[in-house]
Amino acid sequence: MGWFTKKSKEPSGKKQHHHDEIWIRCQSCSAHIFKQDFLNNISVCPKCGWHGKLNAYERIGITLDSGTFREMFETVRPCDPLRFVDGKGPYSEKAEQARAKTKLNESVVTGTGKINGLEVVVGVMDFRFLGGSLGSGTGEKILQAANYAYDHRIPYIIFSASGGARMHEGILSLMQMAKTCAGVARLDERRVPFISVLTDPTTGGVSASFAMVGDVNIAEPGALIGFAGRRVIEQTIKQKLPEDFQTAEFVLEHGFLDAIVHRRDMKGALHLILSYYNR
Amino acid sequence: MERELEFEKPVVELERAIEKLKNSAAENKGDFGPHIEELEKKCEERKREIYDALSPWQTVQVARHPKRPVLHDYISLIFKDFVELHGDRCFGDDRALIGGFAKLDAQKVMLVGHSKGKNIDENVRRNFGMAKPEGYRKALRLMRLAEKFNVPVVSFIDTSGAYPGLDAEQRGQAEAIARNLTEMAKLEIPVVAIVTGEGGSGGALGIGVADSVLMLANAVYSVISPEGCASILWRDASYSAQAAESLKITAKSLLSLGVIDEIVKEPAGGAHSNHQATANAIKSALLKHLKKLIPLSPQKLIQRRFEKFSEMGKFTK
Repeated sequence: MGWFTKKSKEPSGKKQHHHDEIWIRCQSCSAHIFKQDFLNNISVCPKCGWHGKLNAYERIGITLDSGTFREMFETVRPCDPLRFVDGKGPYSEKAEQARAKTKLNESVVTGTGKINGLEVVVGVMDFRFLGGSLGSGTGEKILQAANYAYDHRIPYIIFSASGGARMHEGILSLMQMAKTCAGVARLDERRVPFISVLTDPTTGGVSASFAMVGDVNIAEPGALIGFAGRRVIEQTIKQKLPEDFQTAEFVLEHGFLDAIVHRRDMKGALHLILSYYNR
Repeated sequence: MERELEFEKPVVELERAIEKLKNSAAENKGDFGPHIEELEKKCEERKREIYDALSPWQTVQVARHPKRPVLHDYISLIFKDFVELHGDRCFGDDRALIGGFAKLDAQKVMLVGHSKGKNIDENVRRNFGMAKPEGYRKALRLMRLAEKFNVPVVSFIDTSGAYPGLDAEQRGQAEAIARNLTEMAKLEIPVVAIVTGEGGSGGALGIGVADSVLMLANAVYSVISPEGCASILWRDASYSAQAAESLKITAKSLLSLGVIDEIVKEPAGGAHSNHQATANAIKSALLKHLKKLIPLSPQKLIQRRFEKFSEMGKFTK
């Protein structure tokens, strides 16, 4: 239960988009920022440091050495195994719309590349694709990338951005939690490092699977990280939750993160950690 | 009579009629023997018919039936010499998820399972079977102990979900479940899990990464409750029946999706109508699967489990 109640922010995002192409409004300090300034600043608010979402290829662009990314398993895509239909129509149509809109086949992009010369396998989730939800295809790609890291003994890094499981794939979505964890569990056997980078948001079934079991867990500042949705918890315990509840800072405070790292320093931090790894 | 389910009404009426006749017979008001027999036969048939044709939403009602056996019933009906072991050694003891050594006939096992209560007081004490991080951490501790003692793990799943609360989040509900999923993949001993009632999402899977996953015929196992799904995707919880249909949460659906390995039959009229028969069916299913798994080497078990979960899911390549 729980994590699905975290609704996608897409609709309001769309309105803002329509509202202005040139200016954007910071979701944290509400400042109006010249969009180009925001993008030049790797989608971080120049006024308050709020970290906006990056799509998978933007993330790869700022993380891997230029020209080193080689994509793998890119043809994996959803197939609507339950023939799921909800109040708004069939999942198959929804998935096709997501593919057309994002030019992605699934909610994660996987491949290999280099970080300051160090070889890595990466999985980068993209929130634009059905809220980064964990579908069968997502799980398959995360597992296959883990298997590649296992076979070639290359460090594995996953950047999470997900509302959690994908309800439209029912129980098969839940099983992706076990599947992805089985994949990263095997890395221990061969002493292959696994670094989890949790970005906004990492909740529900993704936080309760591979994203929380990195050898090192790093988050971006202010990222929403948690298991159950805020509204569900408030309804359950019948009290208001603290303002900082389920932020990266809250999760660090409670001992589940190794560090919170600013986006501009992330590549350097990843490289520094991996530099301690004696193959 | 306890809260009967709407679709059980014809059966309940027959049962009442039988009861009446029996009372009259006892008061020597005539010989109703053949009549009673006929009615009882009819009642059984009707039960069978009704239970064979349950909709997914009706199955949810059966899975949540207040008279459905809970873990403590199964412990006394299936196991002997249960030694409950408490605490996660970090924070506390979760009464919603319990465990300990137990014997299935001569077979020694480590039992872990969600523990729902049978009444309000008991349910409050056991948090309605909704475990917190300390529950999952205790379960993991016990599974590791099972590894050390070289006994297989038997896991009973029956929870509406992991507890969604402030304290659970503070203590890392997500991490506790994630850790179990990761560590269960590496356990060197056989693990058999059975969903006996509600298999509620991550809270269920947190003790459900098993070599054999079984399910009672009227249990449900889902990524989200039908109510939760309806209120998100239909924006109205009154669409729960449709959501239950769409989510494919019944044992039959899960067997065809390759998520479970076997359906354990319930007596006509559901598990709540006959605890003993249900327990017997579970016991023989557990023994059958354990017998198959126990001879396998640790490496083989881990390999098989990895392959089993690697194959979960359906997508286009």
